[in-house]
Parts: sequence; structure tokens; C-alpha cells
Amino acid sequence: MSYEAGALVRVKAGDPDHHTRVPRYVRGHTGVIVAAIDQWAVPDDCARGIDPPREETCYAVRFSAADLWGSGDHAVTVDLWESYLDRA
Amino acid sequence: MTGHDDLPVAARARRLEERLIAAELTSDDEMDEFLTRLYTKASPVNGARMVARAWTDPQYRDLLLSDGDAAAQEMGFGDLTYALRIVPNTETTHNVIVCTLCSCYPVSLLGPSPSWYKSLAYRSRAVREPRAVLAEFGLRLPAGTQIVVWDASAENRFLVLPGRPPGTDGLAEEELAALVTRDGLIGTAAV
Repeated sequence: MSYEAGALVRVKAGDPDHHTRVPRYVRGHTGVIVAAIDQWAVPDDCARGIDPPREETCYAVRFSAADLWGSGDHAVTVDLWESYLDRA
Repeated sequence: MTGHDDLPVAARARRLEERLIAAELTSDDEMDEFLTRLYTKASPVNGARMVARAWTDPQYRDLLLSDGDAAAQEMGFGDLTYALRIVPNTETTHNVIVCTLCSCYPVSLLGPSPSWYKSLAYRSRAVREPRAVLAEFGLRLPAGTQIVVWDASAENRFLVLPGRPPGTDGLAEEELAALVTRDGLIGTAAV
């Protein structure tokens, strides 16, 4: 599964009991795929010593401040691995 | 050495180094060589030179925007140990860089990061209220300017490509590079 630019995605809301690169402030929020960046090892696996780690597409995902914080007119773009996301 | 050898944090860092050496993950020579390379070559002058060239050379600008690593390499600043992504300011968009999870930063092109970049205050406020943060840096953007914050949460390291200041048509590339500041490359200044 992969996402095209413009696709709406929701960040998984869970709070894993291990290292992750999902910043807390985007968990459960809906954003828009800006672009697929590259394929990289999933840091959650690397930190847990899973060998080999999963390799996944990492996406630039844009969120609106109003959605994240309830106010503000800026956008925040966060790089997120595919398994952090579900189609919204 | 650095002149900070008597600080408590230096003793802590040294204990960590000794553990890593004992585990045969690195050596004193390897760390010295790495730090020397980093601190003698890493400087915001590198990022400024890339920006000035992009202002004067459309082909280089295209390369910079499509493949940051190749653009750094072409200026002699490779091999980068990270994926470099350039985010260009426009008449209507202003970009700001932050790393909310830690303090990711393109050190080789910007030099060691300023302490405020690593502070909890900057890291939490830059994504929450960037317009207010930028105003505290002295950068008051027009209300119509869209601010885009880039959180370096994965393997990308970001560099802002500021807009070329008006009235600089006659300047040579070197003179233009001298106008570009470290904060302009982070996005906390206009240039």
C-alpha cells in the first residue's frame, strides 16, 4: 500500500511502549500527503534491535495548525513512516 | 581540547566515551578524527554559499530543490550523512525548521546548532505559535504570509532557501553569500 500526493491520512493514535518517531502532537490527527520522500528503515524496529528492520516509505505529511491546536493559520509538515498512517 | 573539560557534563560525556571504547564501538582516535573534520569544515558559510549560487544560477537552484545531497556534493560539501531537503521561501510562504523530538540539524552546512534550537521552548513553540516565535526573533511577517513549519522527525535534514533580497541585482555570488545568515537558513530570519 502506498499513498499518492494529496491523499488524506490519519496518524495512528496509539502510544507505543517503545521508541517511535511519531511526535505526540500529531497522533490521531488527519493530514495530507505532500510527497513520498524515500524508503528508510523503521526506527521503532531499529531501536528494539529487530534485525533486519522493516524498510518502508517515509512521507512528508502536512497538518493545519487549526486542526492540531484549535487555532493558528500555519501548517506543520512532519515526516512519517507508512506504518504510522492509515488512509483517512 | 575545547576548554570545557572542567564542566560536569564533560566528565559525563567522557564516561560515555569510555563505555563505547570498552565495547569496541569506537576509539579515541576515531572520535578525534570525526570531531576535527566536523568542526573545521562545518559552518553556516557552506549553506550561505549554496543559497547565493541558487540565487544566481537557475540550473543549480533546480538541482538544490530536487536533490539537496547532490547540490551539496557539487559545492564540495559532500558526502552528507543525511538526506538534505531544501524548502524555498516564496513571496507568500515562509518556512521554519525545527526538530521537536530532539535537535536534528544539518550541522555540516550550518555549523553546530545554537543552544536555543535545542531548547524545549523553541522546539515546543515553533510548531504551536511560529508567528509569535518569529516576532521574538525580530521577524514580523505580513499577516498574509503562510508559515510552514518543517519538523525533522525522520532522516531528512532541512535547509531554508530564503528569497533574494531586493536591490541586490549588481552583487556577485560571494557578496550575496555574505548577506545570508545562519538564522535565515533555519527560517528565524528573512535572509
